[in-house]
Amino acid sequence: MRLVEHQSRKLLSGYGIAFTDSVVVSTAAEAAAAARRIGGPVMVKAQVPFGGRAKAGAVRSAETAEAAAGEAEQLLGTDLRGVPVTSVSVESKVRFSRELYAGIAWDTTDKLPVALLSTGGGIDVELSDEHVARQTFDPSLGLAVGDSRGMAAKLGLGGRTLEAAATLLEQLANAFLETDAVLIEINPLVEQTDGELLGLDAHVEIEDDAMYRQQERLAPLGELASTNTGRPPTPLELEAARIDAMDHRGVAGRVVEFDGNLALLIGGGGASLTVFDAILDHGGKPANYCEVGGNPTPEKVAAVTELLLSKPGVSNLAVVMNVVNNTRADDIAAGVVAGVRQTGQEPADVISVFRVPGNREQEAHDILTAAGVPFCGREASLDECARLAVQRGDHAT
Amino acid sequence: MLLDPQAEIMVQGITGREARAMVADMLEYGGNIVAGVTPGKGGQEVQGIPVYDSVAQLKANHAPTVTIVSVPARAVLEATREALAQGIELCLIMSERVPRLDTCKIIAEAKQAGCTIVGPNSLGLIRPHIAKLGTIGGRIDNVQRSFLPGRTAVLSRSGGMTTEIASFLTTHGIGQSIAVGVGGDTIIGATFTELITMLEDDESTDAVVIYGEPGGTAEEELASYLSACRSRLRINAFLSGRFVDDLEGVRFGHAAVIVEGGRGSVRGKKQALRDAGVFVADRFDDLLQGLS
Repeated sequence: MRLVEHQSRKLLSGYGIAFTDSVVVSTAAEAAAAARRIGGPVMVKAQVPFGGRAKAGAVRSAETAEAAAGEAEQLLGTDLRGVPVTSVSVESKVRFSRELYAGIAWDTTDKLPVALLSTGGGIDVELSDEHVARQTFDPSLGLAVGDSRGMAAKLGLGGRTLEAAATLLEQLANAFLETDAVLIEINPLVEQTDGELLGLDAHVEIEDDAMYRQQERLAPLGELASTNTGRPPTPLELEAARIDAMDHRGVAGRVVEFDGNLALLIGGGGASLTVFDAILDHGGKPANYCEVGGNPTPEKVAAVTELLLSKPGVSNLAVVMNVVNNTRADDIAAGVVAGVRQTGQEPADVISVFRVPGNREQEAHDILTAAGVPFCGREASLDECARLAVQRGDHAT
Repeated sequence: MLLDPQAEIMVQGITGREARAMVADMLEYGGNIVAGVTPGKGGQEVQGIPVYDSVAQLKANHAPTVTIVSVPARAVLEATREALAQGIELCLIMSERVPRLDTCKIIAEAKQAGCTIVGPNSLGLIRPHIAKLGTIGGRIDNVQRSFLPGRTAVLSRSGGMTTEIASFLTTHGIGQSIAVGVGGDTIIGATFTELITMLEDDESTDAVVIYGEPGGTAEEELASYLSACRSRLRINAFLSGRFVDDLEGVRFGHAAVIVEGGRGSVRGKKQALRDAGVFVADRFDDLLQGLS
């Protein structure tokens, strides 16, 4: 769950981190009023939950309150990378002597949280060594004072700035551990003429799987925007998610829509990736990615089958899963056959491949045979089944 | 080698629906389960296996060295700590959606205690015809069809693909010494690198098949290890999810499958493994190359 900037600032301010004054507004008139109150040149920034906002044209500079209103007017109501801009922040444009980057992330190799400080700036700080200090720390203890000072000293920071950087890193590390964050960044972090540090932007991502214990802490931040697909979900994806949520048993409805004509019901987690690649390799054009697994009910499988086939231009459905351990092949077979019939079509005309070996495959075989669809067992590899799906789909159209 | 067939096994969360089915399947395959734990269910039995309220109570009557953690995500940290306090040597965490912070605490504490963690989000591991830990392969008829004893190890980030690959190898007469679903999360206990280090000294293994995915750093880490230390093992790898390379920030399948900031791409992982001398199959069916 990625927080937008003003939410990230608010959360981190609670840990003692200082940011430029910033006012969040949703109209041009409010932007002008905020700019007047702040005085002097301001920055106007769209509050959208993705990085690289400057490149996307979401960060504007304005010399006057009138100019700030103009910039806000342009940003509000537009879409940036498919995300509608509903609020902007207005903040003072500060003078600074140096730009830094500070962040905390997970080091997946050391399996520990890692603090990062850079005088190089930017997201690729891990690449340049000389300007970057990294320090992993104990997830139960936090970042030790000596370590955070060591990081600042390594980069040649001294005096007031050394202490400020060390304190900031400790505060960030505490915030990271307490909020179940997966990433915290302050970029840019600027050094002012008096040596103090001030954040100009903040980026916090909270782990989805820990949201159950962070609700209370995050509640004051207001509504959280979900951006897992990087673009707003399509109606088909939303409907699939609704079907998936109908019943907690198993997964059948994690859909990502694509442009092609071949509907896919594929699973589990790994085989779905393997099959999607293989369909592309064989020249197929998937209409969707849709993961199935964890033993979903036949009703859920039928509903999602019907939905995938309802997409305009879709003529065929391929059902390909790895050898299933826990999922019942017969439930998948019954669901798919019922789902196809609900569209008023015959399973034999629509299903180009059905390959679900393993648990109850004999019963699945019988259901499909009765519906006139050939059953593929484990002897046909995932790659071979992808080839068949593409080939038979081509014949059908 | 992981999983001594003589080792006594306990199951934490034994009274859950999935765990009950797993216990039945494991007992049928020859798994040495001696007891289970579910707080508040002490005194019950599952498939004739006694249930205790805590690991400490269980230890008064039994001496397991292996545990399977199959409890809700929010209870995993405490359950694992309970097991570590009682001297468990091998801990399989099957639970999904464990927060990373908890996983890291578990891994750090297990290291102190000298315990190997497999998972979280793992279906388990199997040594064909010797022992199995977890739900891997499912029911006994499927396990027997999918797995064949032999000299190739299978290490996979996907539980389902562990069985699929083993079944594919079995179909072509290539048996397995061990198959491990390492877990689908970004941060896991035993990684490819750590398991290959163990297999290096295992006389029953000649070759390894690796199944990788986008996201995380497991494949890159293995590549840099293999570049530094030559392996005696034949290593074949297959990586799925090439299409995810072009869809930054979108998560597919397992929790770890996401390409962020240009990192974690399949393209990069394949190149790193090839540069380290690993045979990387472009197509799934090419995985057999050089295996016997």
